[in-house]
Amino acid sequence: MIYREAGQFKTSYAADQAIFPILQDRMLVTLGILAAFVVPPLVANEYWLQAVLIPLTIYALAALGLNLLTGYAGQLSLGTGGFMAVGAYAAFKLATAFPWLNILVVFGLAGLMAAMVGILFGIPSLRIKGFYLAVATLAAQFFLVWLFNKVPWFVNYASSGTITAPPRTMLGVMVTGPQATAPVRYVVALGVLALFALVAKNLVRGRMGRSWMAIRDRDIAAEIIGVRPLRTKLLAFAISSFYCGVAGAELVFLYLGSAETLAFDITLSFLVLFMVIIGGLGSILGSLLGAAFIVLIPIFLTNAPHHLGLALPVALQKQIELMVFGALIIFFLIVEPHGLARLWQIGKEKLRLWPFPH
Amino acid sequence: MSGATPGPLLEVDGVSVRFGALLALQQVSLTVQPGEVLAIIGPNGAGKTTLLNVISGFYHPYQGRIRFAGRDRTWLRPPDVAALGIARTFQNVALFRGMSVLDNIMTGRLLRMRGNVLLDALWWGPARRQELEHRAFVERIIDFLEIQAIRKTPAGRLPYGLQKRVELARALAAEPQLLLLDEPMAGMNVEEKEDMCRFILDVNDEFDTTIALIEHDMGVVMDISDRVIVLDYGRKIADGTPEQVRKDQAVLDAYLGVAHD
Repeated sequence: MIYREAGQFKTSYAADQAIFPILQDRMLVTLGILAAFVVPPLVANEYWLQAVLIPLTIYALAALGLNLLTGYAGQLSLGTGGFMAVGAYAAFKLATAFPWLNILVVFGLAGLMAAMVGILFGIPSLRIKGFYLAVATLAAQFFLVWLFNKVPWFVNYASSGTITAPPRTMLGVMVTGPQATAPVRYVVALGVLALFALVAKNLVRGRMGRSWMAIRDRDIAAEIIGVRPLRTKLLAFAISSFYCGVAGAELVFLYLGSAETLAFDITLSFLVLFMVIIGGLGSILGSLLGAAFIVLIPIFLTNAPHHLGLALPVALQKQIELMVFGALIIFFLIVEPHGLARLWQIGKEKLRLWPFPH
Repeated sequence: MSGATPGPLLEVDGVSVRFGALLALQQVSLTVQPGEVLAIIGPNGAGKTTLLNVISGFYHPYQGRIRFAGRDRTWLRPPDVAALGIARTFQNVALFRGMSVLDNIMTGRLLRMRGNVLLDALWWGPARRQELEHRAFVERIIDFLEIQAIRKTPAGRLPYGLQKRVELARALAAEPQLLLLDEPMAGMNVEEKEDMCRFILDVNDEFDTTIALIEHDMGVVMDISDRVIVLDYGRKIADGTPEQVRKDQAVLDAYLGVAHD
């Protein structure tokens, strides 16, 4: 690394337990976050914001939520799409029923609604584990999507069966609806992501995270040390679903504008699960890296032939894109089953010693 | 050493445990006195680990009762047993492999942590303060067990002997009144065994912790325990000081076999 922790001695436990104990890390991350807020809205064009950065931030939030549940608490879930749908439909109902409600409050309440549904579908986790739990959460996925399809109340009896983000302002700026500009929606989504990433980090480095990881690593030993499995697992389901619910609400309100249940089908659950696995289970950074990987690689692959000067038929290019994408996923999983976050960590450790091998 | 509480710390009274047709424990009665080091020995399959599992709440007896500090607690679940002040280690180390040594030991403090999700989420005020207080306590245990150098290492990467020591640290972090150790020295070399013996005696001495341990190494058992209980085929066959047990005919028969003539 260009900089090292050498010479930075910590004299208090508080300093030792900081999220970024190294001064240069702190400075770089602060700069990076500031840049993420300021630079894209100024320089990125409509396509980059709308097709890349906004979905990226929203998916990252969902991945963060699933990682808390699957990566930290060890409960495999395939219900992410369903929980996101709960958030989206709850936000839609709330925003249309209470037009004066601040949109961030709507997101928060939608998250709470998803959390409650998450707790409900988390109850089987007390008895079943692993793949069997995944199947049980799959039931949540199918049931919830079916419910939103069947009951017209959820879409305010719209004949199209779609929910549409109503126009809402915040501090006098249009945030959702057709008139909201991409930079504004991006900044809102990023703000939510930054806040929730910090909260997630705080949760996992403290009391809560330790009980989750204890249950994940050795549930028997966790019980003997005083962790109550039911309460701990349900809390993981609640908080994870809260994140997914907010992400689902954002997906409709800040990205798609309008959506039907198809946007929340099982593909979405798998997509978020892939992000978490590729990024790194049990890593906050991994959730962000995984989302970036899944969103950016297809775009890169779409544009690569053009930049290489190849003129391929569209259908063929689409096929190649999928094949390369699949191959890349497998490649990364073989190279580092613990995900991009682990690769990043290994890279840092190697660079500490560079140019010496060990 | 004599504790302030009169009477035994733990009473196991006529406890029987059955798995289907197998009687793992039959009418076992024993007491653990405050401040003592009690060893539980016996041939393989004698029911030693089952006994610990009953005490820590994993199994429930179909007969008999268990009292801790004078209160009946036969039917409690493991987390409630932990809340009473009983901690234990496992025969085959049960550390949280993905967590650092420090986090592993910090889990031992979970029962003493209060909090609410919102303050935790913000890492603010009481949440932050309690985190630092417990860290300070855990650091004392880290010093005590001489594992300073590995505090940030993931537990899964440690060699076996150190894992056993970290598991002891985790149990100690809960500040238990009664510490149950299931073969704390299994698979260790002589030097590691000596270290572990010293730690066990120091824990007993300095933290005033009552200890019940299962061990196969007779040398160790005779050296460190105040009292020895012998189990065989789910029954208690002897109970006394190491000297008494060593000379007990039933014990000799159980370990060496009986001549049928």
